[in-house]
Amino acid sequence: MPVPPEEPGGGQPVVTPSRVVAGLCLLAPFVGILWVGLYARVEPTLAGVPFFYWYQMAWVLLSAALTAVAYRLVRREEAARAARRTAVAAQERAGGAGA
Amino acid sequence: MSGDVNGIALAVFVFFFLLVTWMGFRAAKWRQAENSKSLDEWGLGGRSFGTWITWFLLGGDLYTAYTFVAVPAAVYAAGASGFFAVPYTILVYPLIFTFLPRLWSVSHRHGYVTTSDFVRGRFGSRGLSLAVAVTGILATMPYIALQLVGIQAVLDVMGVGGSESTHWFVKDLPILLAFAVLAAYTYSSGLRAPALIAFVKDGLIYLVIAVAIIYIPMRLGGFGEIFSKAGEALSRTDPATGGPRGELASGPGAQWAYATLAIGSALALFMYPHSITATLSGKNRNVIRRNTTILPLYSLMLGFLALLGFMAIAAGIEVENGQLAIPQLFDAMFPDWFTGVAFAAIGIGALVPAAIMSIAAANLFTRNIYRDFLRPHATPEQETKVSKLASLLVKVGALVFVLGMDKTVAINFQLLGGIWILQTFPALVGGLFTRWFHRWALIAGWAVGMVYGTLAAYGVASPTQAHFGGSNAEIPLIGEIGYIGTTAFALNVLVTVVATVVLRAVKAPDGVDETRPDDYTADAGEPPNAPVAPAVSHREERAPTA
Repeated sequence: MPVPPEEPGGGQPVVTPSRVVAGLCLLAPFVGILWVGLYARVEPTLAGVPFFYWYQMAWVLLSAALTAVAYRLVRREEAARAARRTAVAAQERAGGAGA
Repeated sequence: MSGDVNGIALAVFVFFFLLVTWMGFRAAKWRQAENSKSLDEWGLGGRSFGTWITWFLLGGDLYTAYTFVAVPAAVYAAGASGFFAVPYTILVYPLIFTFLPRLWSVSHRHGYVTTSDFVRGRFGSRGLSLAVAVTGILATMPYIALQLVGIQAVLDVMGVGGSESTHWFVKDLPILLAFAVLAAYTYSSGLRAPALIAFVKDGLIYLVIAVAIIYIPMRLGGFGEIFSKAGEALSRTDPATGGPRGELASGPGAQWAYATLAIGSALALFMYPHSITATLSGKNRNVIRRNTTILPLYSLMLGFLALLGFMAIAAGIEVENGQLAIPQLFDAMFPDWFTGVAFAAIGIGALVPAAIMSIAAANLFTRNIYRDFLRPHATPEQETKVSKLASLLVKVGALVFVLGMDKTVAINFQLLGGIWILQTFPALVGGLFTRWFHRWALIAGWAVGMVYGTLAAYGVASPTQAHFGGSNAEIPLIGEIGYIGTTAFALNVLVTVVATVVLRAVKAPDGVDETRPDDYTADAGEPPNAPVAPAVSHREERAPTA
């Protein structure tokens, strides 16, 4: 997975708890899917469908849900960052200590 | 089959084809902007599409007719290994979540239309940009050609394909007609045409899959029955290889191939120019992110579709050419009129991606070959004109490909295309996050990956082909069988990193970077928040300006 980007401005931290959780949400499908030995079997079947297939189909839904969680977290974080940046800029304009 | 035309199915098919043709031409007036002369308008739909249109567009673009025919065909032929398309589309969305919003932002700020535009701007290297553009065009052409294979398959089963003895012109007339129409409305409406037609295409596809997945198992005695019959058929010895035909779950020897094929294909998918074209047509940064949470609905559908391969086995469909398995299954199971609907879904499913792919390839040619190398001062009007013409040429090229050469040539090239396009990943995605990679190192890594991938694919033999017999080969050092593209990609990254260390050590000159850190997080409507300074170092942190 790519590292979180360096964000310009304001000395805000690059690694934050919500970014870490979002990253883990995005990473989970890779573990669940690329470890083929984990699910490469026929039993238990679900409504006649071998485990191999319904396990992966279940991951389609699970990864969509996890991506949605990551989306929420990232959006909330972005909004908070934007708010802080505006606050910092306002402070500077008001004649506060700049650099 | 041949000579025995299914009239009702054909009538329904023709009806839907005429409907989308009318929509394709009407699309030019749909959501039209005032300045319709720029390439943004024709080539990116004015960068105006919201979440839902983008969802239909990307869905129509990524899940192509060829996919619909080839994925169940692979499952029909060998069982579990053909199912890799599902894990591949599971992995692709969390993956693109991390980098596509950055690509959208920087393209929005700088007016980039193609990935090569970005690579040139980021690394200041026309050579690297050309490499990315040529790879994109080469990988897209056979992909367009294969969309025709999808149409041909359904026409064949409807009985209008003609037999081998039919005169070539009569035999190919339906395809020629379909493509002439496609070319005409793509030329006049640009990206708006496939965006509008994608609604019909995806609606039909969802309908057909929903019906198929309920109705066919009912007729075949349920999934338990289907899988027990399929398991039996797959374990029988295949005379061509001397081993069993396939398996129901990947055996120990096939798991590396399964995983590397899934990850390699996932990494490659959004390197394809047509994926990027649909991405950049979104109107803001979050359109693509939101789409990563709703596009998996298509993956679910693809999974059900793949299961149709087992149903074809259980229904006793016997075909020489595996690609006819699903059209044959529909023909055998559905009443005639619904067979027509299903075939229309596949046929229109070919038109949408073919249109977007030709637009994407045309944009690459116009921006990164015509403008960068032939006419540096081309106006937006000239760019649009060249792009429109190039989109026609690309389609004619694809047509010649399919009609003039053996179908296996297109399939071989598509296999190679997947390996090739993956080699542009380090320059594009690497470039979105860091500028540490040296431009010359990226070119070296790309070249090594291309050469290794091509040679390794050439060396794969199958029972029917001496070369390009498959996409898997032994991974050096590890010794397991794996996807050639992924191995080539690993090699590419290794060469890029080593060469960058060396080039940095000898202080090889860096290109000029026209982007700045905050370009990568910009959103629509945000004013550019600092005066543009020439050649800012990428490491420089800048204080926010009001």
